Amino acid sequence: MKAGSNLEKVLSKGLFAVTGELGPPKGNEVSVVKRKADLLRGYVDAVNVTDNQTAIVRMSSIATSSLLIQMGIEPVMQMTTRDRNRIAIQSDIFGATALGIRNMLCLTGDHHTFGNQVDSKNVHDLDSIQLIDCVRTMRDNGTLLGGEEKIEGKVELFIGAAENPFADPFEFRAIRLAKKATAGVDFIQTQCIYDMNRFKEWMKMVRDRGLHERVHILAGITPLKSGGMARYMAKNVSGIIIPDEIIDRIVKAKKPAEEGIRLCVEQIHELREIEGVHGIHIMAIEWEQMVSQITEMAGLLPRPKVD
Amino acid sequence: MIKAEQKPIDEILKYLSPYNKILLSGCGACVTVCHAGGEKEVGLLSSALRMARRKIGRPIEIFEATPSRQCEPEFATELTETIERVEAVVSIACGVGVQTLVRHFPKTPVFPGVNTTFLGETVSHGVWEERCQACGNCVLEKTGGICPISRCAKQLLNGPCGGSSKGKCEIKKEADCAWQLIYDRLKALGQLHKMEEIIPAKRWGVESRDGGLRRIVREDLKI
Repeated sequence: MKAGSNLEKVLSKGLFAVTGELGPPKGNEVSVVKRKADLLRGYVDAVNVTDNQTAIVRMSSIATSSLLIQMGIEPVMQMTTRDRNRIAIQSDIFGATALGIRNMLCLTGDHHTFGNQVDSKNVHDLDSIQLIDCVRTMRDNGTLLGGEEKIEGKVELFIGAAENPFADPFEFRAIRLAKKATAGVDFIQTQCIYDMNRFKEWMKMVRDRGLHERVHILAGITPLKSGGMARYMAKNVSGIIIPDEIIDRIVKAKKPAEEGIRLCVEQIHELREIEGVHGIHIMAIEWEQMVSQITEMAGLLPRPKVD
Repeated sequence: MIKAEQKPIDEILKYLSPYNKILLSGCGACVTVCHAGGEKEVGLLSSALRMARRKIGRPIEIFEATPSRQCEPEFATELTETIERVEAVVSIACGVGVQTLVRHFPKTPVFPGVNTTFLGETVSHGVWEERCQACGNCVLEKTGGICPISRCAKQLLNGPCGGSSKGKCEIKKEADCAWQLIYDRLKALGQLHKMEEIIPAKRWGVESRDGGLRRIVREDLKI
């Protein structure tokens, strides 16, 4: 065991993992965290806590992750390199692990100009691959980045990252995952999948390189709430591909939200069949109440108890 | 070369409101090439300032000059005689030129008339793009000659990020994704293996601006 987290145990036993996502509040309202936590508890193995996603200022991922631990939920603390240099990153890792956080997702982060502090100065001292390398160095070598300073105590973290099979250049996407594997990533979560053909093609490239045996791959899914949401995401979010037939299906449905959930469950069944997919990551953005239904309908309950 | 854009005229007029006799100084080097601060722009801006001040009943006397390179002491000091006769200077050279005048003329206020924007190249007539951030430790050998420090919005050394779509950057749709360009170039050169190697964390704090004022001393050239 590298960190001994629940997520690591589930994955290392070869069980099909399920993770969720929780966006912290735009303020210090703990009740918001509690409400979302109550909607996710028991339905997933761990919950991602986003780090000021889309560069909107929110409660910090470390603090929210710590609150989740108190609420009986295992967090996957996201950390971006957008807002921290390597001094702050390593200091926050000390703090996070001291608070009992055992999973960390290494991200570059959405560009600050997408958010509500567009005049800020972005940092990007490290990129996501260098961040993975930094965490692995701290955990496995017991030193800070640069190799000299010995760390007091142990940095036990199960290291995650993201990969997007729908961004370009497509042929490079599996190679980029290989770089993350070499840097020391233990698991990856993909961008939300709608274009199943492209995802399968990418997974083939991943298997051809043997990466599915080096890294646990969690397939990302986001249930579509409405035809408008499907259209908006397809048109405006770079790195997300939604095929026309899926947009049509949601747009034409009598009850689009129900259709979105049905589609999501079908996707989970299809993803489970793909060799090398070790779990799913459900990003039900501001729709956390649907996670219980999705996991129930997809036959993913009860979640395993592992020791 | 260094690129610059003229500041809004209202901003320049605000700087000049206490003064009635000034020098407007351009530069014959970089800012001439990008049509922001050469002899032609000195003439145009000077007329515009005079007209604006006449209109409000506070005419201003403007001397004009365009030294060949405002950032070199021997050219900057050509302005000595004129500067002694004025109350203030507006420089439409880059920020370096402004500071050369500041260093040589301690008693005269010097104001910037342009925003110095970036080190870039001419992409086509009237279009310039950033190409270098003078990071002090050039990575172009690793990246097929295309600079991710200046051209990737996140300065990734192991790109592209998930926001690269159809060759474009998600931040600015008109901007090419630097890492797509790097990929295409290395592929064409048969050197894609370079992109498979992890580029380690950069030494920003030593060679770059983050390490404090940078200075080059060449003993062999000192007099």
